[in-house]
Amino acid sequence: MVSTMAVPAQPAPGSMSVADSRRRLLLDSLGIMVSAGGFGLVYGLSARAAGFSPLEAGAMSVIVFAGASQFVAVGYVLGGISWLAIVLLTAFLNARHMLYAAALAPYLADTPRPMRAAMAHVLTDEAFALAIAHFRRIGRADVRGYWLGAIISTFIPWNVATLVGVTIGGSIPDPARFGLDVIFPAAMGGLAVGLITGRRELVAAIAGAVIAVAVGLAWDPAAGIIAGGVIGPFVGMAVRPRGAEQHERALGQFPQRAEPAESDPEAGLP
Amino acid sequence: MSIVLVPLAVLMGLVTYPFRALPLLAPGFERLPEQAKLYLRLVGPSVLAALAAVNTMVGKSDAGVVGFRIGWEWLAVGLCIAVVGLRRSLLIGLVLAAGSIAILRTLGVATMP
Repeated sequence: MVSTMAVPAQPAPGSMSVADSRRRLLLDSLGIMVSAGGFGLVYGLSARAAGFSPLEAGAMSVIVFAGASQFVAVGYVLGGISWLAIVLLTAFLNARHMLYAAALAPYLADTPRPMRAAMAHVLTDEAFALAIAHFRRIGRADVRGYWLGAIISTFIPWNVATLVGVTIGGSIPDPARFGLDVIFPAAMGGLAVGLITGRRELVAAIAGAVIAVAVGLAWDPAAGIIAGGVIGPFVGMAVRPRGAEQHERALGQFPQRAEPAESDPEAGLP
Repeated sequence: MSIVLVPLAVLMGLVTYPFRALPLLAPGFERLPEQAKLYLRLVGPSVLAALAAVNTMVGKSDAGVVGFRIGWEWLAVGLCIAVVGLRRSLLIGLVLAAGSIAILRTLGVATMP
């Protein structure tokens, strides 16, 4: 008897066609789109409450395009904190984006520099999560796929929702009533699971989470995310790879593998 | 319509963009040693797990005090992770996560954030 709960076949990294991987990318984008829309709405409402005009709130969403720092800016503007403090905190909060760019850089080495410069502007948590999963599925970069993920999942919903929130205002129900606030951490956790293709990735993910929470509690949540992202990979590197991963290393598959490691039982993405 | 805060947005964008762009634009970044490439391969799962964990387990009170947060949100996020692990479907996981917490809040079991 065939179980309807059977786990679908998991594609080895680099083994999926671009078209199939883009379809999965778009499907994954749907949930993130709802999350970005919900957060963008809350940001727009907060900005309105803090006295931002639609142009000011919209400019921040288009130019900065980084949720956490925008929320902080709203709070600080409301509290009359200096612009210098806001800008410094923005730099601190968004420093983690450097890790994302560094992880994507080997894939995008052959992409024209102006294109890379443009891609950098929309490199958010969500865009990184979708892009790295997509690139690993197909074993190389896909610029169009990157734009699909970044623009459709986050940039458009975030900016549209910002304008809706800041203009329509208080007539919108609280997105938390619909559980939209858990979509972001759930999406990040789900996408992290999809990137776990071996013991090293698993250990790096667990270490990253534990370190992030510990530092976040001891110091600051944003510092925790950076610490987890920076130190977690070192812990993963200290783990002895299993046979399949040694095979991967022998192929020198990052970012473009010579052939799929079909023996890797944990390969696959969400 | 006020545009007083637009320059602030520009300044915030100016300090954010280099973090996103420098590794992508710096010459030679693609010719990294194997150990560095392995490190970067592990950044993805590590930083995404860090984001998930901090956004689920670390909270700030209205007074700005950071604290460990225990709540039904753990269950919702865990449910999504389990669904992705078993079914490889992020969308189903997200729908279940948001749906479960929305129902629990409607019933008054879970509190609003």
